[in-house]
Amino acid sequence: MKISVASGKGGTGKTTVTASLATIWDSPLLAVDLDVEEPNLHLFLHPELGPPTKAWMEVPELDVGKCNLCGDCVELCQFKALSIMISTLTLYPDMCHGCGGCIAICKEKALSPAKRELGEIYEGKTGDIDFLSGTLRVGEAMTPPLMEQVKKRMAVIIEDSGKDVILDAPPGVSCPAICAVIDSDVIVLVTDATPFGFYDFKLAWESFAPLGKPMGVVINRAGMGTDDIYQFCAEKNIPLLAEIPFDRTIAEAYSRGRVISDVSKELNEVFASLRDKIRVLADQSGKEGSHA
Amino acid sequence: MREILIISGKGGTGKTSLTAAFAHISANKIICDLDVDTPDLHLLLQPDHEKEVEFHAGNEAKIDPAGCISCGICEDMCRYNAIHQENDTFVVDPIRCEGCKVCVTFCPEQTISFPEKHCGTWYVSSTRFGTMVHAQLFPGEENSGRLVSLLKNEAKKLAKEKNIDCILSDGAPGIGCPVISSLSGTNFVVLVTEPTPSGRHDLERVAALCEHFRLRAGVIVNKADLNVDETEKIERFCRGKEYPLLAKLPHDSLVTEAMVKGVAVTELGESAIGTEIRQAWEQIEKLAG
Repeated sequence: MKISVASGKGGTGKTTVTASLATIWDSPLLAVDLDVEEPNLHLFLHPELGPPTKAWMEVPELDVGKCNLCGDCVELCQFKALSIMISTLTLYPDMCHGCGGCIAICKEKALSPAKRELGEIYEGKTGDIDFLSGTLRVGEAMTPPLMEQVKKRMAVIIEDSGKDVILDAPPGVSCPAICAVIDSDVIVLVTDATPFGFYDFKLAWESFAPLGKPMGVVINRAGMGTDDIYQFCAEKNIPLLAEIPFDRTIAEAYSRGRVISDVSKELNEVFASLRDKIRVLADQSGKEGSHA
Repeated sequence: MREILIISGKGGTGKTSLTAAFAHISANKIICDLDVDTPDLHLLLQPDHEKEVEFHAGNEAKIDPAGCISCGICEDMCRYNAIHQENDTFVVDPIRCEGCKVCVTFCPEQTISFPEKHCGTWYVSSTRFGTMVHAQLFPGEENSGRLVSLLKNEAKKLAKEKNIDCILSDGAPGIGCPVISSLSGTNFVVLVTEPTPSGRHDLERVAALCEHFRLRAGVIVNKADLNVDETEKIERFCRGKEYPLLAKLPHDSLVTEAMVKGVAVTELGESAIGTEIRQAWEQIEKLAG
């Protein structure tokens, strides 16, 4: 089973929920941090990490001497990575999305495969939990290609081990967030009940609903904000999986890098119940899937 | 022209609440929400849309099944795993399609069309604090970087027309495509963080991004009293990097109260946090020159 923890608005508690769920998960687990722009899960799970693996994306390399200025590559490239200026073809590898089209279309073989560093992939272990994450190179604009490579590694690990996956997604509702949740079995949306949290939660729900995955909501800092989100979830039939109370002691524990489910017996029970509800949600969808 | 951008790396540190407060207390400026994915500034500024424009960017491949001979070249060449066989034709998954045109170009039957995509809407609005430029990308859409660039250009155009010399922008979380787009042309970056392991880690990465693009930045520690030791570590980081520490703001429920009321925290009358925000803004104005 693959569970992604996503949010819309940043700072609502995705990593808190991911770390707590991972800590109390009761079957073999791989914890994955897919927020490659700002990965934080390791700060709470403290995995022992092996040496990182560099992740690369194929981009072209230009041999100007072979270029006959036909312009086919410039016409094909949708990302302004190639242009002809003063009778010379110029390549901007940072703009490249790695589609491979220019290399395929060049009859003179002036363009050949080279690579650009996307970032690094880390693997490790914390207790019985396997850990996997990606860290985007500072200055790299494209997030999904690195995420895809982390996901590829994830697929290999779970194919071998059959482990469950809990995956910390990036904030937002555009391409990186979709890339994170698209292959999961259950999406857990974490939000707070403030006007910002509620607005971004609605956007997240609109974004993810077309994927047809079972979704549930965790309301963090419950008691702070308004009741709008409760009404919305009732209307749309979005199950409320857990509420984490608004409590300064929780915020302080988080600020010291603590896993929230370890803070008190009550919080441990909140996350144990969340774990069980996620399993039920996944089972229901499995059954519905088999009828369809 | 001074372009001031508020970003944070980590989400939820208080970018938007602070931008709204700065918008309230500053004189002439164009206000810009550059978080086009999950924009929230309009919830505090209640803009009246004066201009509403469809945002078109990028294209999407569509296979006409009538012309498809099922050769599979498109699937083989697609690097984004966006094309799959369904019965005796091939189909493009719009969610995975990158809009690269490779399948369109190499289809031997020329049966793949490439219509432009309507990805969102952008607005020029009036607010009680001045003119605002903002947008909403459709949920799940791409091209946020291009929309951010477009908003920045519109803001500059408007500033020139209205003889305004300051653009105040609220940015997106992270350090990827939309944030990189929002940095271009910026005079001064305000980095908002909080005293938590995540806040500090993400501050270091977003600060490295500013350094990468050789931009000047200052730091605001929000909720500074939540963890005094972490705040001290952030201060040490700022001293080491010579980032001015613009403010240490308290963890104050007044900020949430303002959000629920749909106003800037500085609109709720005199308060300790309000005074500190005003002092921070004075410094920012000087530093942005």
